[in-house]
Amino acid sequence: MKILVMVKQVPDTATRIRVAEGNASIVTDGIKWVINPYDEFAIEEALRIKERLGGEVVVVSAGPQRVEEAIRQTLAMGADRGVHIKTDEALDSHVVAQALAAVARAENFDLILTGKQAVDDDAAQVGPLVAVFLDVPQVTVVLKLEVDAEHQRLVAERELEGSIEVVELPYPAVITAQRGLNEPRYPTLPNIMKAKKKEVRVESLQALGIVPNVKVRTVSLSEPPERPAAKILTGDPVAAAHQLVELLHAEAKVI
Amino acid sequence: MAQVDNSTSRIDDYFDLDSQLSSDEIQVRDAVRKFVDAKVRPLAGQWWQEGVFPTELIPQLAELGVFGPTLPEKYGGAELTPVAYGLMMQELERGDSGLRSFASVQSGLAMYAIYRYGSEAQRLQYLPQMAQGKIIGCFGLTEPDAGSDPGSMRTVATSVPGGVRITGVKRWITNGNLAQIAIVWAKDDQGIIRGYIVPTDAPGFSARHIATKASMRMSVTSELYLDNVFVPQENQLVESKGLGSPLGCLTQARYGIAWGTIGAALDCVNVAASYAQTRIAFGKPIAATQLVQERLVDMLSLTVNMQLKALQLGRLYQSGGLRYPQVSLTKRDNARSALVVARMAREILGGNGISVDYSPIRHLANLETVDTYEGTYEIHTLIVGRDMLGESAF
Repeated sequence: MKILVMVKQVPDTATRIRVAEGNASIVTDGIKWVINPYDEFAIEEALRIKERLGGEVVVVSAGPQRVEEAIRQTLAMGADRGVHIKTDEALDSHVVAQALAAVARAENFDLILTGKQAVDDDAAQVGPLVAVFLDVPQVTVVLKLEVDAEHQRLVAERELEGSIEVVELPYPAVITAQRGLNEPRYPTLPNIMKAKKKEVRVESLQALGIVPNVKVRTVSLSEPPERPAAKILTGDPVAAAHQLVELLHAEAKVI
Repeated sequence: MAQVDNSTSRIDDYFDLDSQLSSDEIQVRDAVRKFVDAKVRPLAGQWWQEGVFPTELIPQLAELGVFGPTLPEKYGGAELTPVAYGLMMQELERGDSGLRSFASVQSGLAMYAIYRYGSEAQRLQYLPQMAQGKIIGCFGLTEPDAGSDPGSMRTVATSVPGGVRITGVKRWITNGNLAQIAIVWAKDDQGIIRGYIVPTDAPGFSARHIATKASMRMSVTSELYLDNVFVPQENQLVESKGLGSPLGCLTQARYGIAWGTIGAALDCVNVAASYAQTRIAFGKPIAATQLVQERLVDMLSLTVNMQLKALQLGRLYQSGGLRYPQVSLTKRDNARSALVVARMAREILGGNGISVDYSPIRHLANLETVDTYEGTYEIHTLIVGRDMLGESAF
């Protein structure tokens, strides 16, 4: 199976985000960049499918130079090679999906995996848009995925409010991963070193034939209002519990 | 919570040393950190208090690749740079000095001894299995009456047909009761110190666990008794000759300590800083008081010094320009600095600081060992003094 995994590099979820001057972007100084956690489930699933059925796992990501780091991390987890669509422009989901679809189209992948959404903008657009551009079926928010290579079909379980939906579809297809699909592996030290020797091909929007016609622009960003400092109760647990009940009643007015 | 995490990365890299690291060095560090955060930190206090090493972690540590990671691939290594190796040790010791000691002894002492002084056949026989954690090694140099002066060792290897018979006692041997092989240093018929690979199930070999430690409690430390143990010729480390051989191994382990201690110090600074930011006394966080700020800044300053020294040491190692007295100076200063930092952290935590619910007291007790083993502070002072002044004062 030839599998493409689309990943996005996002600020670490533990990072405190600050709005930059001009109110249209965030301060990137000092931010720790990580692979979007939902995309990690997609990578892990791709690696497991490859381990079962053989094939190749290719990772693609769009963004500035720093994005190469994220691609290398997926290679350290075990992906075979990477494609870096290098661009410094601020793009919307539509343009990114066009570019990713162009990479996907060029190589005829059996399966395209990505996270159900990126934790930075929570747009959840790219997976479905790529499926539309490629004119292939898609299943989003997938909790469990089975591949029937013989009949070239997938069985996917989706998470719905209060229930599980089971769907079947042919592939090529786009699948977006939900937390719970698997437990992503740690990169090991030998694999980190081996990843250095793996190929990361650099592409540009221009070479892919993409005109960055951004449809959605960020007008402004603002920080949420400051929350009052947390109160931490210490000392004897029984006394602290009494104090907590008292505060929940008198101050928070929730009981 | 988010705020604390941001300040963690600020404390960890106050001088933007990440900009001096390669991407694989950063990845190695982060991979080990992730492992230690998930598998070690939650239970470290408990293991320490119970005095047990979590042997169930050995296969996972092997899988992660922390045993002999700088060695060539054919011996099971990953060809890590010295700086990546150092960062790995830093993250292991952020968890616990005992965990780092386990890896140090396996990699820097036992595997390195075979790699450096063994035959090709010995390397291929032992190293890949040691990298996989299937063979654990220990390193027997120190004796009850020969610590800082290893040249006065009493263990002897007497020639017999087909090999030697070794008799002697080794003490303070990390991993002694866990090991399948011991690298034992002994004097041959000519009084020359040589190394031998001794299977720990050889007749006449026994290990006694030292259970009285008030330090390094997560690490297994033992006394080895060798009573006329037969060791065949093919188990002699062929290239070992004289005291320089075990000391060459110690340079590797000391290099790891120079880095590992940074992890212990960083953990202490982070714990103390976040405690000070959330502990309210007299109506405000104690971090907003001048006395506490001075102490935390002193801790940060010591830690930054440790980082700068270790990084340059690593670059010297990489370029081939490393001299062992430089390793001595860094081991000496970083172990002592970490000890000072841990003590200050314990103080900032007040009464809570004496409980292993918080890591500083554990690091503090561990670092008493780290300051002592692999060459005490004083011995390293004399090594550097001799190098600096051309006068031996041993």
